[in-house]
Amino acid sequence: MSLNIDMETKQSVLLVRLEGELDHHTAETLKNKIESALLERDIRHIVLNLKELSFMDSSGIGVILGRYKQIKEKQGEMIVCSISPQVKRLFDMSGLFKVIRLEDNEKHALQTLGVA
Amino acid sequence: MNKMKLQFSALSQNESFARVTVAAFITQLDPTMDEMTEIKTVVSEAVTNAIIHGYDNNPDGEVFIEVTLENDDTVHIVIKDEGIGIKNLSEARQPLFTTKPELERSGMGFTIMENFMDVVEIDSEENKGTTVRLTKYLSKNKALFN
Repeated sequence: MSLNIDMETKQSVLLVRLEGELDHHTAETLKNKIESALLERDIRHIVLNLKELSFMDSSGIGVILGRYKQIKEKQGEMIVCSISPQVKRLFDMSGLFKVIRLEDNEKHALQTLGVA
Repeated sequence: MNKMKLQFSALSQNESFARVTVAAFITQLDPTMDEMTEIKTVVSEAVTNAIIHGYDNNPDGEVFIEVTLENDDTVHIVIKDEGIGIKNLSEARQPLFTTKPELERSGMGFTIMENFMDVVEIDSEENKGTTVRLTKYLSKNKALFN
């Protein structure tokens, strides 16, 4: 199993859809892809759609937190949506929801940023 | 008693192999989906620790896993490396503690293991390696048949 990363830019929002498994092996690719998007495009916010993410471990927490720090420097916001109960448990355990907003679905997440 | 052993190179692409293989072996005890996810997650955590910390990403290192199924409802998992070992175990077990923040390690590995398993024992010796012993009691059928 690997990780498919689908990225789309909507105005100042980078929409990232993850499909597959996010672990130490795949975290590096995700980090690099988002970082180059942040360099190339004028992005302030990130929406992470985790609907098709079937597995995540603490390496996922690390890479998401790392991107949150980058987007925070741009005074932006990070939103996670369509999260499974299994992945949500890890977010809860590590306190990620203190800094990352949770929304039900992608459409709603984008609406709250005014780009739907 | 039913045992299996795995031995593989300390390569990150083997993290997925390790958790899927252990999960496949445990399937015969008919665990719940949640228990399956928990077991896959802790295997991933311990194997990742061995690769990144134990061997400092040197693929010449080898990771050893032994899984024992006992009494239809108990899973013992031993994950071992022969790497650099952990200097301060109580520090390493604390939530959010990591020796490699520059690699975006979250420091949640041992915390997740403790949350998802019933018993977590860690033995480590500097320059000898680390052994993580995990036990999980599966909840299955208890309410129905007891």
